Amino acid sequence: MSGRTSAEVTIVDLGVGNLGNVRRALAVAGGSPRVTEDPAEVAAARRIVLPGVGAFRPPRERLRGPLERALIEALDRGATLLGICVGYQLLFGRGEEHGDCDGLGLLPGRVTALPPTVPRPQIGWNRLAARRAHPLLDGLGEAPEVYFVHGYAPEGVPEAATLATALHGREFAAMAGWRRVAGAQFHPEKSGAAGLRLLGNFLAWEGAWS
Amino acid sequence: MSSPREAGLLAGAAPGARFPGPSGLCRRVIPCLDVAGGRVVKGVRFQGLADVGEPAEQAARYAAEGADELVFLDVAASHERRGPALAWVERVAERVFVPLTVGGGVRSADDARALLEAGADKVAVNSAAVERPERLGELAARFGSQCVVLSVDARRRPEGGWEVVTHGGRRPAGLDALEWLETAVAAGAGEVLLTSIDRDGTRSGYDLELLAEACARVEVPVIASGGGATVNDFAAALDAGAAAVLAASVFHSGETTTAEIHRALAARGYSVRRTWEREEGRAR
Repeated sequence: MSGRTSAEVTIVDLGVGNLGNVRRALAVAGGSPRVTEDPAEVAAARRIVLPGVGAFRPPRERLRGPLERALIEALDRGATLLGICVGYQLLFGRGEEHGDCDGLGLLPGRVTALPPTVPRPQIGWNRLAARRAHPLLDGLGEAPEVYFVHGYAPEGVPEAATLATALHGREFAAMAGWRRVAGAQFHPEKSGAAGLRLLGNFLAWEGAWS
Repeated sequence: MSSPREAGLLAGAAPGARFPGPSGLCRRVIPCLDVAGGRVVKGVRFQGLADVGEPAEQAARYAAEGADELVFLDVAASHERRGPALAWVERVAERVFVPLTVGGGVRSADDARALLEAGADKVAVNSAAVERPERLGELAARFGSQCVVLSVDARRRPEGGWEVVTHGGRRPAGLDALEWLETAVAAGAGEVLLTSIDRDGTRSGYDLELLAEACARVEVPVIASGGGATVNDFAAALDAGAAAVLAASVFHSGETTTAEIHRALAARGYSVRRTWEREEGRAR
């Protein structure tokens, strides 16, 4: 990436799934990613990515305690946060996968199952409808297709926090954000040029939006 | 929004059947790359293999041309009894940011883990699942069924129906193909890559009868493979219920691109990515 300073970005290792593809994509998008589960590193981070695959509860439990405190500390210091897939779901107030479980409560809403009228999990490319102007969506166009793998999705997200929606059985917030926290239900690291653009936008994001 | 034609015609569903809900989910067009000894090869499978390039180079070209996903089959791995080489998978994952499925020689959870860590998103299992179907469940329990693709090579029986063959079509497995699909999906496979060995490399269209029967039997997405070469072939496979269409030679030869196929399918009312309008489709 000529002419660009490499943006440091901290990927939180929640022990679920393989972080290699997120790391590789952030590097190609212009970042200098590091993977860690050390609360001290997370607390000092400027940009944080919370990835995840699989079910809601195991990464939630992993995040309880020192890591969660470190995350909040970083946000209080002005860090930006991007949740991906289950890492996105964890940002909401509650999740109902395999029993009710509290989330981080950084975004308003809860995570519920997709309806049985469509194949679950949803695996594949689906279209985003941008709902608000947000730095993360810059240059993605009106209806970019992005790659999803999920059986659950946010529900009850207020319009003010809904950045983009997608339709699978019901319309859901495929991207949500509030202040310096944002997330995507899909996998930007697997969404081709649109996904890399989004990751690059995150690296360039100072944390403000209106 | 899903197009009117696509309402109720979702991934894995036979037309109008199990999943009437609205969705913008796209049908996928997947270039397949056969790999042997770390090089991309082509030919009617296992016969007259010709070197056509380096995996990461080919993969990057296909991704730039709009591929929704890429499937790599290490065609030498199984019959020479060795695991797939990981170095080229890693090189591909460093350059390509769409889903990658890798198969060939996947026997154990450790084989699968190595591939996933190298950058694969899904692993395709063929002979190893036939030998021991429980392997599918072991893989699904450890990595999630969305990571586990059952690859089936099916051959028409003279007396009717289809049988499973392994080792590139050389060895009959003694299984009915449709029954095997049901067993394998129940065991944990999250997707089926269904290849008609009769049609493979022939460019005479997919075995639509096989596809329709398979899609009616299992709820997981079915990828049509073997014989697809024209937009008519691809559309017919989607009508038979396929969630995705896979092809190799039409992409290797450069006669078309996934972006061009997307455009033609969209014009016929199928829900596909609009790659021809964007960066991805403009590589040529």
